[in-house]
Amino acid sequence: MSFWMSGWRLVIAFIGTVIIVPIAGLILTWVDRFVSARVQWRKGPPFYQPFADILKLLLKQTVVPGGAARTVFLFAPLVAMASMSVVALMLFFSHFGLVINQRTSFLGDIIVLLYLFALVPIAFIVGASASRNPVAAVGASREMTLYIGYELPFVLAILVPIVKVVQKWDVASALRIGGLIAYQQQYGPFLYSISGIIAGIIILFVIQAKLGYVPFDIPEAEQEIMSGVLVEYSGAPLAGFKITRAMMFVLLPIFMITLLWGGIGDWWAILKFLAIVVLVVLMKNTNPRLRVDQALTFFWFILGPLGIIAVVLAFIGL
Amino acid sequence: MKDLRIWGLKKSPWVYHLAAASCNNCDIEILELLTPRYDVERFGAVLVGSPRHADALLVTGVINRKSLPRVLEVYEQTPKPCLVIAIGTCACNNHIFRNSYNAVGPYDKYIPVHAYIPGCPPKPEAMILGIVKALSKL
Repeated sequence: MSFWMSGWRLVIAFIGTVIIVPIAGLILTWVDRFVSARVQWRKGPPFYQPFADILKLLLKQTVVPGGAARTVFLFAPLVAMASMSVVALMLFFSHFGLVINQRTSFLGDIIVLLYLFALVPIAFIVGASASRNPVAAVGASREMTLYIGYELPFVLAILVPIVKVVQKWDVASALRIGGLIAYQQQYGPFLYSISGIIAGIIILFVIQAKLGYVPFDIPEAEQEIMSGVLVEYSGAPLAGFKITRAMMFVLLPIFMITLLWGGIGDWWAILKFLAIVVLVVLMKNTNPRLRVDQALTFFWFILGPLGIIAVVLAFIGL
Repeated sequence: MKDLRIWGLKKSPWVYHLAAASCNNCDIEILELLTPRYDVERFGAVLVGSPRHADALLVTGVINRKSLPRVLEVYEQTPKPCLVIAIGTCACNNHIFRNSYNAVGPYDKYIPVHAYIPGCPPKPEAMILGIVKALSKL
């Protein structure tokens, strides 16, 4: 019986990875565009708009610029999409597997998730550098700077729940997502403590930067560097990057809920998810773009110390 | 397959704004298309920053000896199928520059033009009508 149960959960997780997450991401992209249009007092695109965009890009000619590193150029979006699919699989597994036993997520998978999320900016950087375009090179250097900027507070924010679990239980359950969820089911979400709130704020800003939304859309500033890292991409590879962004739009809020807000095991998770998405979209619509040095200063010298304070508070037990 | 392709093109025409030596009047009117009053994102049209992403080139201005090679290069950089829409009387038939030593003729001498939108500058409504007609011809 339990074997078949686990088999079904595996099937669900696989379908969730391959089909539902990109579709949900594209619908969320529409929500984002629609809300943005409403904020600007416009009517906004119809609901099928992101699907029409992706379909059109998939069926269009793909141009590889002369002198570009062809293989790397075409493989970069695949790497980004694959890493996001693995993230989706791991997040879904750690939730749906948890119902059967605690051991479905493996030791250290939170570190693996950290690196899988980092693969996306790396794919952007490599793809842009392979395209042999000066504007794309500027975009790649900005993406690199921004990545170095937001990774420090991101790691500090992830340390907060780990420290809390280590103090109550042990390292082996702190370094796996299943352990974090189990802890929150027993003692309540991390977000309802001072250090948890600080970590939540930090992760919200990092989500904004990872998605490349407006205060931090520096690598693909359309007005200054002509959509930056994506400037030479056309057709199916561009669609790949768009789908990657859409999947990130689903997975990053789910990751935040998993880490700090009790996991996606219950129906409340939908409301939590929508709250994070609305916050991200509103932040996108009410802010101007920062310069890359301002963004780096913000992440290192404002969010960095905040993250250290949060970790210290977690050590104290607040 | 072909129907799907045409449906996609019709529903999400991303436009690239190719200003080749115009007086900027048409360009300002093009930007007007994106404002809340006209809002072409209703039809899926987005102004993109790179010709690689574009499905429609909005060309403005009288073409001259300096801008001709640039325009041809941008046209070649655009992935096909792509529409070319000549905006303004200058782009359609050289307008008051037709006797100029430097004007080398309207765009349709060099690249296939799918819609002509005359006017100096054309009204945004006229541009939307022209783009819709060019799309329905696909």
